[in-house]
Amino acid sequence: MTFEDIKALVTDQLGDDCILVTDTAASPQAFYIEPLRLSDTMQFLHENDQLYFDSLSCISALDNGVESGTMELAYNLYSIPFDHHLMVKVTLDRKAPKISSLTSIWRTADWHEREAFDLMGITFEGHPYLRRILMPADWEGHPLRKDYEEQTYYRGVKVKY
Amino acid sequence: MGLLDQKIAQGGIVITRIEDLINWARLSSMWPMGFGTACCAIEFMSAQSTPYDLDRLGIIPRASPRQSDVMIVAGTVTFKMGDRVRRLYEQMAEPRYVISMGSCSNCGGPYWEHGYHVVKGVDRIIPVDVYVPGCPPRPEALIGGLIKLQEKIRGESIVVPKAIQKIMEGEG
Amino acid sequence: MAGTVQYIFDDQNLRKSEPAKYQPEDLTSEEMVVNIGPQHPSTHGVLRLEVLTRGEEIVEVVPHLGYLHRCFEKHAENLPFNQTLPFVDRMDYLAAMNSEHAYVMGVERMLGIEKELPKRVEYIRVLVAELNRLASHFVALGSYGMDMGAVTAFFWMMRDREHILRLLEWISGARMLYNYIWVGGLFYDLPVGFEERCLEFVNYLKPKLVELDELLIENKIFVDRTAKVGVLPLDLAINYGITGPMLRGSGLKFDLRKVDAYSVYPELDFDIPVGKGEMGVVGDCWDRTWVRAQECKESVKIIQQCLEQLSGDHKRTRDFDPRAMVPKKIRPKAMDFYVRAENPKGELGFFFRSDGRSDVPLRIKARGPSFTNLSVIDELAKGGLIADLIAVIGSIDIVLGEVDR
Repeated sequence: MTFEDIKALVTDQLGDDCILVTDTAASPQAFYIEPLRLSDTMQFLHENDQLYFDSLSCISALDNGVESGTMELAYNLYSIPFDHHLMVKVTLDRKAPKISSLTSIWRTADWHEREAFDLMGITFEGHPYLRRILMPADWEGHPLRKDYEEQTYYRGVKVKY
Repeated sequence: MGLLDQKIAQGGIVITRIEDLINWARLSSMWPMGFGTACCAIEFMSAQSTPYDLDRLGIIPRASPRQSDVMIVAGTVTFKMGDRVRRLYEQMAEPRYVISMGSCSNCGGPYWEHGYHVVKGVDRIIPVDVYVPGCPPRPEALIGGLIKLQEKIRGESIVVPKAIQKIMEGEG
Repeated sequence: MAGTVQYIFDDQNLRKSEPAKYQPEDLTSEEMVVNIGPQHPSTHGVLRLEVLTRGEEIVEVVPHLGYLHRCFEKHAENLPFNQTLPFVDRMDYLAAMNSEHAYVMGVERMLGIEKELPKRVEYIRVLVAELNRLASHFVALGSYGMDMGAVTAFFWMMRDREHILRLLEWISGARMLYNYIWVGGLFYDLPVGFEERCLEFVNYLKPKLVELDELLIENKIFVDRTAKVGVLPLDLAINYGITGPMLRGSGLKFDLRKVDAYSVYPELDFDIPVGKGEMGVVGDCWDRTWVRAQECKESVKIIQQCLEQLSGDHKRTRDFDPRAMVPKKIRPKAMDFYVRAENPKGELGFFFRSDGRSDVPLRIKARGPSFTNLSVIDELAKGGLIADLIAVIGSIDIVLGEVDR
């Protein structure tokens, strides 16, 4: 099943306005989706008989910087029986990044989304227990943002060298 | 062992200072608390097994801080772990020593520049006695560090040095 | 010495930095929270498990991570691609060559030079990766035996691992964290006389793997403790994103070395062991351990074939330079790229975003297999006893450097 076929199936099911932009330079090839349609699209990709993306490999949160004002999330999907890859991306507003959680579709999204929340500050609606996973609970700031400044002291210990 | 045999064979009496005896007992049986965080912990485990046996030096790793004399901080200490390191250090009974093994616990190691969550040296949290450099240090280097700690213990005194105390109080 | 301490001690520090999910007020009278804290001999690193038990039976396991979070992704955003390589090593420090192989494959595919590498380089990469796979499985099996109480297994595995570490030290200069597989080639060629020594080692190792089976894997006490414990059904495994020996232990014949067929694996002949539930149920702890022990035997086969190729068709020549294809400036085009490879622990994935203008990437996200594999621990340990929890953690084979990155 090629990328064009997958795109065709998705647009047939969910309408033309779902896929915003395609990115064929990426590997595996990707398309950007309207953030509000994310759960429907992912549900379709997970359950459709010809696509059957049963494995979510990776959720990456990307910060495009303060000037562009956007953040992105890239979902890497893989289908074990059919051996095809797909990358689905969404663009979020940097000031209040919010998107629905995919924990009900793939249980692996649970921890990946907690990590995205911890390090980038993206809130996932519908997540069962969203809290920091890697940083201490009383750490200030979201470290992987481009404009992150380390706090000077934590428990009295100097953070920088 | 050979020295002791010779001395005892000459009449069964060994004359020494109490301090030397106690220090010798303490340095021949340093029991470390196994506190490995990262890659250096694997080298510590390698040092305990063949062929770099640590048991021949009297070193038996104990799981609990209450039963150990020396804490070998092997691996990167992060801020989240730093609270626990301090708590474990406070739980050890005196006399206690700390060996900082590896560059990460010496000075932050390769993560010094952009590591926001790495404590740049465990000596910002607990006082350290011996630093063993390396990334990770070879088991021989760790054994060298332990022997250096043994030399330090050999020179210790159970009597408070009165002369130095007087100087410190007098000059202040 | 004491003058360098800056830490301010406060009783409440622990509660503020990583609060527990269950506070004493929320519990009923039979329930109890046991904290298997970050410093513990059996947690394979700094992992904190908050276990809610009712008597001896476990109701819920809440893992707390982050005690070894070393900011790999922040370093990757500030350093050029080739300078990030030592940090890739230190994520999964037991299988450093495999991690480097995955990373370097990704960068080379982005640059488009992966077809131009000399075959000898590819064979050496697979050889050291499989040696490292053996070393990683030895630590996994040895420390699992130690957790179960079979301390002899630990010492025997570490002894065999020492031989592998000495071989790798002869090649690359370091025992554990090598920085050997570079983007576009290798750091050095194999030393003269290596192929013979490695073959000697392989012949030494084969009876030792039989001994491992007899001592640990088929040992009645080990079987009693691990069979029918921590059963992972296949559909749950796929939904949780489990990969590697855990997935193969649950019955699915899925190995990225065969599926993606990267590097020179298509030219090598090896089998994929799959858990069949011989001693209990398919997908229990015994199956996963058995899969790892069989993978050691397959790795030995691969190493032998690589050695034949390296002393035969792709022999060393006087003018062979392993750094011939190393690019002076690594500047891939602007793209998003996801590469994955089969680590001993599972599928190691790297997501790169480069902007096409500099040799510093915009973002690298490392998808560690142990991070995903650990998330299923609640399902596996529920309803079991605390001793079974230790058996389950050992069978997942986690390395905290990769969980926390």
